[in-house]
Amino acid sequence: MSSSQHDLDALVAQKYRHGFVTDIESDTVPPGLDEDVIRLISRKKGEPQFMLDWRLKAYRHWLTMRAPDWAQLRISPIDYQAISYYSAPKKKDGPKSLDEVDPKLLATYEKLGVPLHERARLAGVAVDAVFDSVSVATTFKDKLASVGVIFCPFSDAVRDHPSLVERYLGSVVPATDNFFAALNSAVFSDGSFVYVPKGVRCPMELSTYFRINAANTGQFERTLIVADEGAYVSYLEGCTAPMRDENQLHAAVVELVAERDAQIKYSTVQNWYPGDENGVGGIYNFVTKRGECRGADSRISWTQVETGSAITWKYPSCVLLGENSVGEFYSVALANHYQQADTGTKMIHIGRNTRSTIVSKGISAGRGQNTYRGLVKILPSAEGARNYTQCDSLLMGDRCGAHTFPYMEIKHPSAVVEHEATTSKIADDQLFYCRSRGISEEDAVNMIVNGFCKAVFKELPMEFAVEAQNLLSVSLEGAVG
Amino acid sequence: MLSIQNLHACIGDRKILKGLSLEVRAGEVHAIMGPNGSGKSTLASVLAGRAGYEVTEGRVLYLGQDLLALEPEERARAGLFLAFQYPVEIPGVNNAYLLKAALNAVRRQRGLPELDAFDFLALIRGKMKLMQMDESFLNRGVNEGFSGGEKKRNEILQMAVIEPRLALLDETDSGLDIDALRVVANGVNSLRGPERAIVMVTHYQRLLDYIEPDFVHVLSDGQILKSGDKSLALELERRGYDWVRQEARVA
Repeated sequence: MSSSQHDLDALVAQKYRHGFVTDIESDTVPPGLDEDVIRLISRKKGEPQFMLDWRLKAYRHWLTMRAPDWAQLRISPIDYQAISYYSAPKKKDGPKSLDEVDPKLLATYEKLGVPLHERARLAGVAVDAVFDSVSVATTFKDKLASVGVIFCPFSDAVRDHPSLVERYLGSVVPATDNFFAALNSAVFSDGSFVYVPKGVRCPMELSTYFRINAANTGQFERTLIVADEGAYVSYLEGCTAPMRDENQLHAAVVELVAERDAQIKYSTVQNWYPGDENGVGGIYNFVTKRGECRGADSRISWTQVETGSAITWKYPSCVLLGENSVGEFYSVALANHYQQADTGTKMIHIGRNTRSTIVSKGISAGRGQNTYRGLVKILPSAEGARNYTQCDSLLMGDRCGAHTFPYMEIKHPSAVVEHEATTSKIADDQLFYCRSRGISEEDAVNMIVNGFCKAVFKELPMEFAVEAQNLLSVSLEGAVG
Repeated sequence: MLSIQNLHACIGDRKILKGLSLEVRAGEVHAIMGPNGSGKSTLASVLAGRAGYEVTEGRVLYLGQDLLALEPEERARAGLFLAFQYPVEIPGVNNAYLLKAALNAVRRQRGLPELDAFDFLALIRGKMKLMQMDESFLNRGVNEGFSGGEKKRNEILQMAVIEPRLALLDETDSGLDIDALRVVANGVNSLRGPERAIVMVTHYQRLLDYIEPDFVHVLSDGQILKSGDKSLALELERRGYDWVRQEARVA
């Protein structure tokens, strides 16, 4: 879930190789959005009629909607007519080599241990579309194909597996769901598609990192993951180094479908440009993520580590339809400098004996504002439903803020709902304690923050967890003292 | 080893230490006693480098260097250890992890190789036996959910592992029952040696039954009013602090 013009160009060029009627020069449409632009996008992607109809329906509905203003966020108005909706505007002054890249960014890569050949790609330097790891990707795809797992760019799925797409697309997040989801549905550029067939346990963690040709899919990304009966898949989104990104606005949609006895584990590390120390620049991240536990005994887990973006607006949710299905949400959200995060989850209990767990850890530093917003809804049909919610806030310094909005709607008397919340400061006492044991202030902060996040980090796949810790410490540099 | 010369310190505009002087040599055990509010804990805090205290006059030399010019972590690495009166909880941070990081920070400073997990475990197991602590403490969060007595034991465990040159014990006996006191005292006594000095700040004579001091000082209103040997502590126990104050006033 990241974007750089060069890879987008590479992607476009590749489609051209596949015989689409594409002219590179005309691949950037002028800024603005109307039905013609949507038709153009759909035509350029060679989409079947049902896709176009779906996009248009979304667009027409979007026109009737207003951007949500209920979140605890200060957002300057966005001019949707100033955005180019197909192939983002050409980079005016992208760096030509690593020598031109901000040394601060490079120092960060150094700290995170990002391999040299990766640094250029992350920093947005023009590099060959052919990566060292292409061979890795090929091996990887062969292995997946041998067990019947489909893992491809969304555009490819529309072309190669239209019936699967038509069946599942918008079945969890309808095109008309909310302002940003409707916009995404109308203009989405690309994303990932995953289908794990009945009874198959996906043999490896799926990650956009490996899906090189579509790694950078622009600002309106669309992801759909379906785990058929008894299937299992773990999906990693994002990469753990800060990404240079030209797009200010991101509005992605992720849909997960877990059929009977299936399990989906979705892990995100989001670290887009948060703006500078003075709150200038940074990504606006408006994401709709929802999973549906459609079948009995299914399970969906969201784990997110959100350290980037100037504004984060996302609520990965679970609709627990199937009996005994389980929804989980583990989150670490950091707001440093002038970052604002309004994030949380919705657990909608519909089926009997459904269970959900919410663990949210918000860290505020600098002038950051961090909001947990969650809904636990237990419908009359959800006999025996249970929820456990724990949301903890950690404040560093005295100019940041933490807010918690837990909503609960309980409509069955047998429901058991527990909620625990704490707010604490990285106390000077804790820092002094560590320092008086010979530990430097920076190490002490990292130690305390990582301790605070432990319950979430342990849900992440091993190597992701290690990188998430590093990332957090880089993001918090200078937050104390 | 430690030379405190005419130390004045305040919090905000409240003067707490008013010309305190004290000499501590290697191998000695000193007890500083005094009524509430006399400045005992302030002294410990100023020596360890806690923020919020301003030193307005005087100086402190530790092993020949200006102690007050050092950051708290530099003081620790130079061999100073403060056993806290109220050890803080740090949820989620593994007790053993913190202790290993602390030990290795000090070892680096001393030019010793860092201990790996195996050597560290071997070392700490021995020390835990001494402190009669269960190994499960290692994997709990730092002081998280510990009882008052467990926290104090944990402080002395850290001290036993780190082996400081100069140990400051801030009211280590408070809140301990008699059995725990004996264990804690045992831990402290095991560290007595010709190379090491111990300064105990305490309210009660009780601790001194178990850790026998070479010197006892009475701290009152920010100054040391009287110094003596351990018999002074017994006299304080019997007569309270007032007579010392009166004596000082007359003098």
